[in-house]
Amino acid sequence: MNALFSLVAVVVLMLLALFGTYGAGLQYLFGVIIPYIAIVTFLVGFVLRVVRWARSPVPFRIPTTCGQQKSLPWIKHHELENPSNGFSAFLRMALEILFFRSLFRNTKADLKSGPKLVYGSNKWLWLGGLVFHWSLLVVFIRHFRFFTEPVPFGINLLEELDSFFQVGLPIIYITDILLLGALTYLVGRRLLDARLRYISLNADYFPLFLILGIGCTGAWMRYFAKVDIVGVKQLSLGLFNLHPVVPEGIGAFFYIHLFLVSVLIAYFPFSKLMHMGGIFLSPTRNLANNNRVKRHVNPWNPVVKIHTYEEYEDEFREVMKEAGMPLEKE
Amino acid sequence: MSETPTPEELVKVDYKPPRKAWMDSKPEMRRGVINWSAVPKNVEYLDLPFPRKWQPTDDDWKLPENWKEIILEGMRDRLKRFRTFQIFMDICVRCGACADKCHFFIGSGDPKNMPVLRAELLRAVYRREFNLAGKLMGRMAGARELTVPVLKEWFYYFFQCTECRRCSVFCPYGIDTAEITMMARELMNLIGVSIDWIVTPAANCFRTGNHLGIQPHGFQDSVNFAIDDLEDITGIRVDAPVNRKGAEILFVVPSADYFADPHYYGFLGYMALFHEIGLDYTFSSFASEGGNFGLFHSNEMMKRLNSKIYMEAKRLGVRWILGGECGHMWRVLNQYMDTMNGPADFLEVPKSPLTGTVFENAKSTRMVHICEFTADLIKHDKLKLDKSRNDRWRVTFHDSCNPARAMGILEEPRYIINNVCNNFFEMPEGTTREQTFCCGAGAGLGTEENMEMRMRGGLPRANAVKYVHDKYDVNLLTCMCAIDKAVLPALMDYWVPGVQIGSVHELVGNALIMKGEKKRSNDLRGEPIPGKEAAEDV
Repeated sequence: MNALFSLVAVVVLMLLALFGTYGAGLQYLFGVIIPYIAIVTFLVGFVLRVVRWARSPVPFRIPTTCGQQKSLPWIKHHELENPSNGFSAFLRMALEILFFRSLFRNTKADLKSGPKLVYGSNKWLWLGGLVFHWSLLVVFIRHFRFFTEPVPFGINLLEELDSFFQVGLPIIYITDILLLGALTYLVGRRLLDARLRYISLNADYFPLFLILGIGCTGAWMRYFAKVDIVGVKQLSLGLFNLHPVVPEGIGAFFYIHLFLVSVLIAYFPFSKLMHMGGIFLSPTRNLANNNRVKRHVNPWNPVVKIHTYEEYEDEFREVMKEAGMPLEKE
Repeated sequence: MSETPTPEELVKVDYKPPRKAWMDSKPEMRRGVINWSAVPKNVEYLDLPFPRKWQPTDDDWKLPENWKEIILEGMRDRLKRFRTFQIFMDICVRCGACADKCHFFIGSGDPKNMPVLRAELLRAVYRREFNLAGKLMGRMAGARELTVPVLKEWFYYFFQCTECRRCSVFCPYGIDTAEITMMARELMNLIGVSIDWIVTPAANCFRTGNHLGIQPHGFQDSVNFAIDDLEDITGIRVDAPVNRKGAEILFVVPSADYFADPHYYGFLGYMALFHEIGLDYTFSSFASEGGNFGLFHSNEMMKRLNSKIYMEAKRLGVRWILGGECGHMWRVLNQYMDTMNGPADFLEVPKSPLTGTVFENAKSTRMVHICEFTADLIKHDKLKLDKSRNDRWRVTFHDSCNPARAMGILEEPRYIINNVCNNFFEMPEGTTREQTFCCGAGAGLGTEENMEMRMRGGLPRANAVKYVHDKYDVNLLTCMCAIDKAVLPALMDYWVPGVQIGSVHELVGNALIMKGEKKRSNDLRGEPIPGKEAAEDV
């Protein structure tokens, strides 16, 4: 149900862009105004969200330790899974962000007769997630070809690597295939795995379908529809240089593509996609487990009602005396 | 246990989620799975709000009129105070990696025991109240209103989480359900919704210094009793001072160590060890509890109960503090104590008087784990050990959740065990160290009334023990956690009969050759040591 709703929402968005441009002739709205609004929304929304996170303090240092602590010098310490200082915590974060370290640990529990519980390795989600995110990043960077003139060396190089196999005409980018493949897997597992279907919200399907829509329209334009690439570059350069122009005759698919991208980036700061920013601030991962070495200060350390030894002795003085225990006051 | 289903019945777990969406299904409050409410007397003693008589099985929980406002205001306040809470409400992508990592999910199949849905219980309300899309689109945006039935679901599921943090190991963003459960419990406390097995120990602890409510003379009796027992077994009368000023070290243990089986054998082990090395230490009858049920209640309660440790260290004028075997106690000592009640600048950086080792890892907190201390002694050859005295045991080791995932003390106990016994076997990979499974009864859930749920939650741990029991005849499950030692015996009897529970320092005490000791024919349990007795008789 949630999936269907999200799919319909994305289709409606596509039709909106189609009729908006080719029905109503609102190319300027869809090609310039909406993208600008989306970018501003993204920037302001992203910053506000991160500021909101950052304004909440970290009262306690509570890293999740996943390896041996640093204690006695002759005990082998696991620096990356149980960082003892800020630099190690930084490395742990790097592994987390670049390679999804925690997800790599993933297992699958099976209850067999006996009863016997077995835990198998389960790295598909890790692989699918990693392929998806890295491909998306490469595709994103490749798009700077449209925003720059001359195209920087790095981007040309990336394109060359990405079309390493020299298959197809136009040559197929490896990341295009990987991105769409990984997305299909990510959508598929949500739909087919009963457990995941049970926990999935609209907010889980919608961005998947949205990105799938963006990927498909993009691939369609590159490999099949052949939109007016000169016009596209003119428009995107104009957007980038704040001198927007809307050339005639860019194909409808481009406007659908651009509109979906605009929706995605505007939606970003209000959605779970903010995990991109949040991971950097997650206190169970980005702190060192050096609580006993260095005092962590809680900015709002509350004054609480405590029970003092004096009160305790006052209550129990007689019995303590009888038991021959030392006292502060006889 | 009469109401608890048999293991054969209980193991028929159905993992297929129901057809009804999770927002539409309601849990059944019943004996066997829920915990009783906090008794008003103890709520009052701790100056907590809304003491009253009620039970979770009642229809009417006698909530204060404005309960909803109180909770929402509490949420707003905590979102501003805890970055964890704010971030964990925002960034979950529901990837499902945590789903089958929770022992309660594995043992019950209840989808709301998947950590992701446990957190969604809170998130759905967060979205409704603190998120524009949730406000406008309601359920379509995964939001739902906080109502009495929702509150009841919170109670049911947040007192069905043992804050073990296993899911957090696997979460790609480190989302920690323990933290979410702690927030939910703090919120429920605000309207007087808490359970007795947390509030009553906390009240006892506040008053007498320990969860069991043992008064100072009772504590002294326990220690005297242990001295006698140890003399019977070893022939040596040890000195175990209480509240002695000027000792070098204050030794703090969880109260079950001197009051419950099988903890007590480990307590005898500590005392034998300290006598043998001539440690200058003292107990405190007030700091007679290292454990801290405040951790399961609220950060304020944790601070209140923890305060006595540094206060007693100061009053008694010791140089540093040593802590016994306990799980959540060490989470508090490692991750909270210094922040809450420090700095401990009146103490010295801990240094072992025997080996000269300076415990740099406790430079600020100035409190050392007994297993760090003993491992260092063994490494420096300061102890004479006879491993064969533990030969009747085929031993495995259970990493307790908090020492593993909130500290990382994994090798020290293994090093000790390997030096004091001959037969040690690890449980299968994926069930030990940072991936260890909870006993199923931590975080205040070790009661009689939720026995069925305990047996369910304990299934993964018990099943791993069963594996080594079947394969290697393991008959002793050692651990360094007082809650484990209290609740694992029932779990073993239920799933793996024939496996007993022991302390790391019980094995140390058994193996320790003490100067001038009599021929040891009995171990610290007072039970005959097979080989030793026979040799004598021949």
